[in-house]
Amino acid sequence: MSASVTLENVRKRYGEVEVLRGLDLHIPAGQTVALIGPSGSGKSTLLRLLMTLERPDAGRILIDGESMWTRPQGGTEAPAGASHVRRVRGKIGMVFQHFNLFPHMTALRNVAEAPRHVLGLGRDEAEQRAREYLDMVGLGDKLDQYPGKLSGGQKQRVGIARALAMRPEIMLFDEVTSALDPELVGGVLEIMRELSARRTMTMIIVTHQMKFAERSSDRTLFFEGGRIVEDGPSAQVFGQPAEARTRQFLDAVIDA
Amino acid sequence: MTAAPDRPVFDWTYAREVLPTLMDGLAITVQATLLGMALAVTLGLVLALMRRAPLRPVSWTAALVIEFVRSTPLLMQLFFLFYVLPVTGVRFSPLTTGVLGLGVHYAAYCAEVYRAGLESVPRGQWEAALALNLGRWRTMRDVILPQAIPPIVPALGNYFVAMFKDTPLLSAITVVELLQASKIAGSATFRYTEPLTLVGAIFLGLSLAAAWAVRRVSASGR
Repeated sequence: MSASVTLENVRKRYGEVEVLRGLDLHIPAGQTVALIGPSGSGKSTLLRLLMTLERPDAGRILIDGESMWTRPQGGTEAPAGASHVRRVRGKIGMVFQHFNLFPHMTALRNVAEAPRHVLGLGRDEAEQRAREYLDMVGLGDKLDQYPGKLSGGQKQRVGIARALAMRPEIMLFDEVTSALDPELVGGVLEIMRELSARRTMTMIIVTHQMKFAERSSDRTLFFEGGRIVEDGPSAQVFGQPAEARTRQFLDAVIDA
Repeated sequence: MTAAPDRPVFDWTYAREVLPTLMDGLAITVQATLLGMALAVTLGLVLALMRRAPLRPVSWTAALVIEFVRSTPLLMQLFFLFYVLPVTGVRFSPLTTGVLGLGVHYAAYCAEVYRAGLESVPRGQWEAALALNLGRWRTMRDVILPQAIPPIVPALGNYFVAMFKDTPLLSAITVVELLQASKIAGSATFRYTEPLTLVGAIFLGLSLAAAWAVRRVSASGR
């Protein structure tokens, strides 16, 4: 199961800085989208808005056509209650740049915690599921390790397993390889590539790994200054970018 | 002066005689400390959580209670509970009143300690919990508190020892705790040296023991 994402004129500012300046975007269910662009261009903010870590100042975010923060009421839109937001949030999972694993829990408990206490699975069932996903990311032998004992790459794979165990319809990846040593990046990207190939989830990936974005995503969005400058099939955005600004950016990062 | 010239400075026989009386007082002191601390760490956590509540009236109430308690003397608070509260029809035994007074007083300090502990948990932990859709209570219980509390055990331990040393204030509301027991023993014979010395030794010994225990607990926590 995967869900579509729609943004209608979404705006977000932090103090004086307008980070997203009226974003319109539709991502069909099952698509893998790469978000690229200079830092501060609003890519991560978009993910944070989708994860409900932040609220938009204006505009609407729709998950499968359902508004995240509002509900129709007598012809207009009224603010939605916490239970509505919680239900919509349940369709979305996120993997963080700095992993944000729970340091006082083993890998197994990190992954089993939410299935057990949010989905209400029994202890055995939740742990069974956690084992499956940790196996899937190649950590079947690290179940009882605490995050402190794991390498960065292993931590991030636990992070992916933890998000997957909730079986989200939309997965958000926020610069998930940026904090990793170069030799550990490959393993994490490999997992993401497999997930994308399965087409069971909508995937939105903020990344600085241009090769990965080009090869593994269906579509690439180039962000700058809180706007989408270019939007197209990944092969085209990387092969023959339509915008001069995109070309400049790609030249700069690929040379670096 | 009437003191007999042949009397030793410290009479061990007399010291042994007053010891049982002092032990009765010590039992009260220990009870007051343990119950008072149990109340302080519980109520302190409640106050700390209330302070963070998104609902303004709740967080303001907690802030007001904390400020009031921290800015007024413990002895005044004890008098208030002992003399004023019964006027409203709420009447407790002196010891219960004492436990309540110590507990509420130290809860305000513990709340500040908890606050520091809660603030020390990185924001990413809250965000991960939210992204997993964990509820408020579940996030607090399983994610935040297990990380917030171990670093503050030493600070809570200091308050534990401080409260132990504040228990003699309960004598002002007629609780016969350790110090008051020694005073009563002394006034019966006009010999204070032995009972007071013993009380000092007991406080010193137990404070050191408690401090050692706290160090052990906080060391095992990491």
